[in-house]
Amino acid sequence: MKETLLVMEGIDKSFPGVHALDHCKFELRAGEVHALVGENGAGKSTLMKILTGVYARDEGKVIYKGKEINLAGTKEAQELGICIVHQELNLMPHLTAAQNMFIGREFMGKNKLFVNDNEANKKAQELFDAMNLRLDPKVKVGKLTVAMQQMVEIAKALSFDSSILVMDEPTTALTESEIDELFKMINHLKEKGVGIVYISHRMDEIKRITDRITVMRDGTYVDTVNTKEVDIQQVINMMVGRTIYETANEHNYTDPNEVVLEVKNLIRGKTIKDVSFKLHKGEILGFSGLMGAGRTEVMRAIFGADKLDSGEIYVKGQKVQILRPEHAVKYGIGYLSEDRKRYGLTLGETVEQNISLASVDKYTNKLGFTNMSTITKTSEEYIETLSIKTPGPKQRVKNLSGGNQQKVVIAKWLLRDCDILIFDEPTKGIDVGAKSEIYKLLSQLAKEGKSIIMISSELPEVLRMSNRIIVMCEGRITGELDIGAASQEEIIKYATKREA
Amino acid sequence: MANVAKSAGTAGIGTKKSMFNAANAQKFLAFGALLILLLFFSMASPFFLTFDNIVSIMLSTCVNGILALGIIFVIITGGIDLSIGTVMTFSSVMAGVMITNMGMPIWIGILVAIGTGAFCGFISGTVVSRLKLQPFIATLGVMMITKGLSLVLSGTKPIYFSDTPSFRKITTGSILTFGADGKFSVPNGIFIFLGMAILAGIILNKTKLGRYNFAIGSNEEATRLSGVNVVKWKTAIYSLCGAFAGVAGIVMAARLDSAQPALGQGYELDAIASVVIGGTSMVGGEGTILGTVIGAFIISTLTNGLKVMGVAQEWQIVITGCVLVLAVLLDTMRKRGSK
Ligand SMILES: Nc1ncnc2c1ncn2[C@@H]1O[C@H](COP(=O)(O)OP(=O)(O)OP(=O)(O)O)[C@@H](O)[C@H]1O
Ligand SMILES: [Mg+2]
Repeated sequence: MKETLLVMEGIDKSFPGVHALDHCKFELRAGEVHALVGENGAGKSTLMKILTGVYARDEGKVIYKGKEINLAGTKEAQELGICIVHQELNLMPHLTAAQNMFIGREFMGKNKLFVNDNEANKKAQELFDAMNLRLDPKVKVGKLTVAMQQMVEIAKALSFDSSILVMDEPTTALTESEIDELFKMINHLKEKGVGIVYISHRMDEIKRITDRITVMRDGTYVDTVNTKEVDIQQVINMMVGRTIYETANEHNYTDPNEVVLEVKNLIRGKTIKDVSFKLHKGEILGFSGLMGAGRTEVMRAIFGADKLDSGEIYVKGQKVQILRPEHAVKYGIGYLSEDRKRYGLTLGETVEQNISLASVDKYTNKLGFTNMSTITKTSEEYIETLSIKTPGPKQRVKNLSGGNQQKVVIAKWLLRDCDILIFDEPTKGIDVGAKSEIYKLLSQLAKEGKSIIMISSELPEVLRMSNRIIVMCEGRITGELDIGAASQEEIIKYATKREA
Repeated sequence: MANVAKSAGTAGIGTKKSMFNAANAQKFLAFGALLILLLFFSMASPFFLTFDNIVSIMLSTCVNGILALGIIFVIITGGIDLSIGTVMTFSSVMAGVMITNMGMPIWIGILVAIGTGAFCGFISGTVVSRLKLQPFIATLGVMMITKGLSLVLSGTKPIYFSDTPSFRKITTGSILTFGADGKFSVPNGIFIFLGMAILAGIILNKTKLGRYNFAIGSNEEATRLSGVNVVKWKTAIYSLCGAFAGVAGIVMAARLDSAQPALGQGYELDAIASVVIGGTSMVGGEGTILGTVIGAFIISTLTNGLKVMGVAQEWQIVITGCVLVLAVLLDTMRKRGSK
């Protein structure tokens, strides 16, 4: 057996109102990929933040390479060779990709006075090449898509010569091909003897890449198993402590005559090239495609977040002008951004403030006074229905686990009561249990007569949920598939159908 | 797979191009505004475009400009330093105490002044970064403290440098004279300002401190998680800002040939205005030295031009305010457009 790199024992951690970790343990060997799984809020990220010096533990021992360590900060962890790709992006948008990667350990010129960006750019470029990533190291990170930012973050972690690499949901923003590249890199590191902790809610990935799985539930350790010897369903059951039945979507009946949203010939620069489609009442319309296909751009334009060069939008047969998001909301269109941290949430505010943000009018009387207690009560209902894991509606959103933050965004638009809901990667970072709840919720909404557009990079999800699937490639719609005729192969075929 | 990578690559190149345009636009905007002002005033008044008047504009830019060069570092972190005006005064009073009252050599006075400025900045920086007080409040406190201390130390009376006639040469003397009998001479203060600008440019763009400066303003938490000692670097940034205020104090004192303890308050606002007119965002994360220099010139050109035209001082202030708002408005509109 390979040598043991790390042992964490009896780790205990409390936040005000939350007992996040209850005497949890974890063990990692050199040269293994070790999955850490559990529901949203199980404490995975917290455990890894303790390992990497972001948080201090209340109790417990961390033994690294046979010696007990007490980290005072992230810097020390890095120096010891313990690195992490955080779940939430942690980049400086105004700095370039290379500057971000080497922050805190800049290359200095001969005189030791000036930073040497050329060297950093060269090193970054080498790494990008090795990752098969076409990216200019001199581009400012704020100008990149979420997926690209994620790749920069990963590249940053890889650039450390570390013994332990923690990846906290690295693939949430990535598409299949980028995931393939990532897995190649992981296998390469594995051969070099690096111990890798891999956190993900995507069971197929875990089955594919990991050697062992540690399951956590409610801040406690459940079990560690060999990936080869278990069935995924068993792991899921351990995670949730009950049995989940995956139900297929009934693909409920939609009326093709009742068009609630129609867009014609949308054009915006190079990102949206002549896009037209219709959305029917009670329909879930899936949008599939590779990264950078322009799906998010189309939705942002429809929602009024970006300006269109030309094109027409019809809501329920009426031509409308949507110049700003508030117009879209007025016409009953809600949009859940893929980047919740940047566009979806006001992180410093409480759960109830976020849930009610788009609907404050509803709770405000003519004099301008807002009825806070009703908001609290309504928020509690949504916390209940979506099972958002929080001590209460007054908790600040930034203290929730990633998946639960996502649920808060969903609650916000549900409360706004929109007829047309655009979900951009709605299950990004959400655990299996919550995922099936969200699927149920989407079906339920569609049944109630709401129309849903769902962008998703997970093919099984698109296939499972949609009535119809539109596939985009390079800003154009390259295919439209009825669910009966759709398959993964078919979608990929259209998703890579480029202009000659 | 290779295809995916390709599309991503082109996206990257596309953004790069637009970035260049935006950067050009920013410099062009501020520079264009300065040119328009110069043109307008030269036509409006025959006294504007004379050598003496241009020198006087440049000389009046020095103090404000050096303060602006310091505070831009703090503004890029997303912070603010309200104390620089009074820190400048405090530094010049310290120089006065050293040189005039205690009879020390001039160079010691200069070092003490810069050290005093840096120390005040260090205090602000420590309170902001280590004790996590909001920059506005922390530096407001330091502003009052230094204002009071200047008055106490000087006994509320100006300290004159009459015993050391060479002191005033620091700003008003000239190493560059030309024309018959040295008719045209460029005062040293201008060279000090330009030298400080180059120094600030190098620090901001070439050193670690500059890099972390942008990083902290861009995303402080991410910078901290990257293993950067944010507390230390933020303190250093505020200290640097204070040191610049110290230099400004010397330039100011030499120009007036005295340390004026009642002066100083209000200078910080002019400095902030210069930085903002130069296209720097108060939110942090971005900013340029060149823009700040141009911003400082715009303010002094405006003040001077209006004065030469005979506009009443009350109205000068009103117009300067309008220009400030207009400049920032134009800049944000440009930024929104380029997005
Ligand atoms: N800084 C904090 N302050 C207060 N509570 C926190 C903080 N960080 C985490 N928590 C709480 O600790 C618990 C564990 O959170 P953690 O982020 O570790 O979950 P997770 O397993 O990573 O979930 P996910 O899969 O959603 O990312 C959650 O209930 C969360 O709300
Ligand atoms: Mg997490």
